This record gives sequence, structure tokens and C-alpha cells, in this order.
Amino acid sequence: MTKATISLKLNGIARSVDVEPNDVLVDVLRDKLGVKSPKVGCDRGDCGTCTVLLNGRTVRSCLVLAVEADGSEVVTLEGISKDGPTKLQKAFVERSSFQCGFCAPGMVLSATELLQNNPHPHREEIQEAIAGNLCRCTGYSPIIEAIEAVSRK
Amino acid sequence: MPITTEFAYHKPKDLAEASALLARYQGRAMPLAGGTDLILWLKEGLKAPEAVIDIKGIPELWHLDVKGGSLAIGARVTFTELIESELVKERFPVLWEASRTVASCGVRNRATLAGNLCAAVPSLDGAPALLVYDACVRTRGPAEEREIPMSEWFTGPKRTALLPEELVAAVELPLPAKKTAGCYVKLGRYQGEDLAQVGLAVLAEAGGTWKLAFCAVGPVAKRAERIESLLNGKKLSDALIAKAKALVAQEISPITDIRASKEYRLHMAAVMLERGLKTAAARLAGKGPAYGASLI
Repeated sequence: MTKATISLKLNGIARSVDVEPNDVLVDVLRDKLGVKSPKVGCDRGDCGTCTVLLNGRTVRSCLVLAVEADGSEVVTLEGISKDGPTKLQKAFVERSSFQCGFCAPGMVLSATELLQNNPHPHREEIQEAIAGNLCRCTGYSPIIEAIEAVSRK
Repeated sequence: MPITTEFAYHKPKDLAEASALLARYQGRAMPLAGGTDLILWLKEGLKAPEAVIDIKGIPELWHLDVKGGSLAIGARVTFTELIESELVKERFPVLWEASRTVASCGVRNRATLAGNLCAAVPSLDGAPALLVYDACVRTRGPAEEREIPMSEWFTGPKRTALLPEELVAAVELPLPAKKTAGCYVKLGRYQGEDLAQVGLAVLAEAGGTWKLAFCAVGPVAKRAERIESLLNGKKLSDALIAKAKALVAQEISPITDIRASKEYRLHMAAVMLERGLKTAAARLAGKGPAYGASLI
């Protein structure tokens, strides 16, 4: 295999890294670029814990080759809260929306994408937007309610 | 899980270069679009190509527009792009409705309709709508282009008419000549991110012609031609719907698996047929639930 050097904008900063063609994006983000919010849960695109924004849209970074991200903009949870927690994150905190927190990065990024495209979604749209982000602690209600609270503002 | 298979990665800039690469690897390379199936297969060792050919750098495969009386959907077009297209929503609302039920938002942002057709699992949501709209798949091989009707595309579970050195260039849907309305009814274990236990697309044409296609209830997605023949030219009534439901068992051959039993699928397919026919008829008459509303 031929090693490639890829360049990407990660959370606003230009980064370059050497990757093999079979390196997966989530592993490169965590192990080579030191970004730890995307996690490997199911490792097959079902659970949402590896969610990142790739060119502004949520993707499952466990199903993207790192080399595919060459020239792209990648934003992780760390990148959306550089200036402190966002309104959405504050709403999650106020309602204690998370318990263990493993699903939180994916939930926050999925809800962020939803509210960017649709600032006032109804409940069904919220549920659809976070479907595919599995939470085993909360039963989803406090997560949905926090997103609803922000969408009413 | 790291990918243990080693392969070369190519990102051609046009179709000719992609075709030349596929020919060079003599069937031992695979096209990569959204990757939501392929990357998983690589992780699980189900596929071990010598090379992956990333088609996302080919502008010829990005188009989503009407040309010569057909909607052409390039192989790189994602389900999210279909859902966000007014053209698709207005002209092919059954495809629009079906696209919204595919996996989750984060998968739809990446997964393509063409990739869904190439994965060819029996439960694929993309196929029933394409079957009722009489779509075809345009492929590009080293020597020639081919146009394969949807009815001949699937050759078995996870098998298609695509040859090893070919790639899908586009999916084409002829613009309906008459007024049409329809629906995609999907049964899953829950709302949101699940594969279909049964999927049914219904298309009603002004003048009393019906087109129906099922997925997840047989080795391949296919039209329900016996039911179509029964319905064509007749006025929809409760008695006619009962006759149509009685034919369901002849049209489909579901199996019992982790998601549903054969008996449950057979029963629900008939229930969904009734709802689908009534919804399509109501929408054709300018009534009925808006496209995208849950029909289950």
C-alpha cells in the first residue's frame, strides 16, 4: 500500500497527517490527530458515537476512509464549543440530558446539524434527526426536550 | 476495528479514467461512493479488492437533473441530496418518500442511491420506488455503456447485472406521461433507523393503471404484476382490495429472520397493500396525507 499525506481543516486548524489507504477516519482522528470526542461504539454505522461534521454534514466517521477526507473540513464536538458551550449544550446541561455521556458527541452534532438547517423543527423531525444515535441511559426524552427548548427560542 | 485488508486507493477525475482503472484491475477493484456498505464489508473481510476507486471526484456523476425526458441521478448523489431536491419531491414523490426512510441522517448524508442498488440487499428501500417509476440503471464499462431496466437489475440477494469492470454512471427515471400519485409504505421494528421488514411502493396513474413493488419479502425487490393486472382499469372498492390482498401470498416469498417471521411479513404485506392503495388513490384525488407522513 502507498502511504498518502492528507490535509484537512480540523476544527478550524489546517492539519496534515500520513495515512494508509485502509486507515479509517475515526481512528486517525483519535489516534493520530488527538481528537477524542468521536468514539468507536458499534464500528458499523449504527450507533452514532463516531459522528463528525464532514464539510458541514454529519457522517459516521467509522465508515469513512481517512484518505477520503483529504481536502475536507472536519468539525468534531471540540470544534463547536471553542468559545464555550453552545446554547444547545447549555440546554442539555440544564436538563441533565445525559447520564454516562458516551452518546453525547453524536447527539450534540446531530442536533447542531438539524438546527442549522431547520431552526424550529417539530418533535418528529427532532426524533428523526437523532435516530441512529443510540443512548442506553436516558430513554431519549431529556435529550429531545432540550433540543425542543432550543428550537422554541 | 481496523481494516486488515490492504488495497490501493484511486480517485479518478473523470469517467474515462475510472473505466481505465477498473479495466486495469480486471474486476479486482471496487468503486467507492458513500462507503456506508463498502467500508463495513472491508472491515468484516467480506470484500477484499486490490483497489478501491473513489468516484466522488468525478463531476459527471454529480448531476441530478432532467435530460431528454428523464430524471438522471448521478452515481454520487446521496439520499440527503434526493430528499433536499424539489425536483425529486415534485416529480417523483414516491422516491422522495422512500429516501427519507433510509437508515439515519448521518448515513443518508453519505450513502448514495446507486450504492444502495449495487449492495442489492433484499430490504433496500431505494428499489421499490425505482421499480414503479420504470427506472433504468446506466452503466459504464471499458467498451460500452449499457442501459439496464430495473426489472432486470437484481439477479439475486446481493447480486446484480453489473459486470466486474463496470460502474454505475446514473439511475434514470422517465418523467411520467400522465398524472401520478403514490406512496412508499415501510414497516420497521420502530420508527427511525431500521431496515424494512416489508417495503411497498404504490403508484397510481390517472386512467386507472397501478404499479406496485415490494422489497424485503423475497430474494430481490420486484413488481407485483398479478395484483397490478387485477387492479388495472377497475374502480378501487373494498371488494377489489380484498381480492388484491388475497393475491399477496402469490406475489411474495418472505423468510423468517432476526427482524420478523415469515407469517408476520405475509400478514403485514396485505395490511400495507390496503393502506398503500387507499393512500395512493387519495393522493391522486388531491387528498390524503402529505408525502412523508407516517403511513404505519
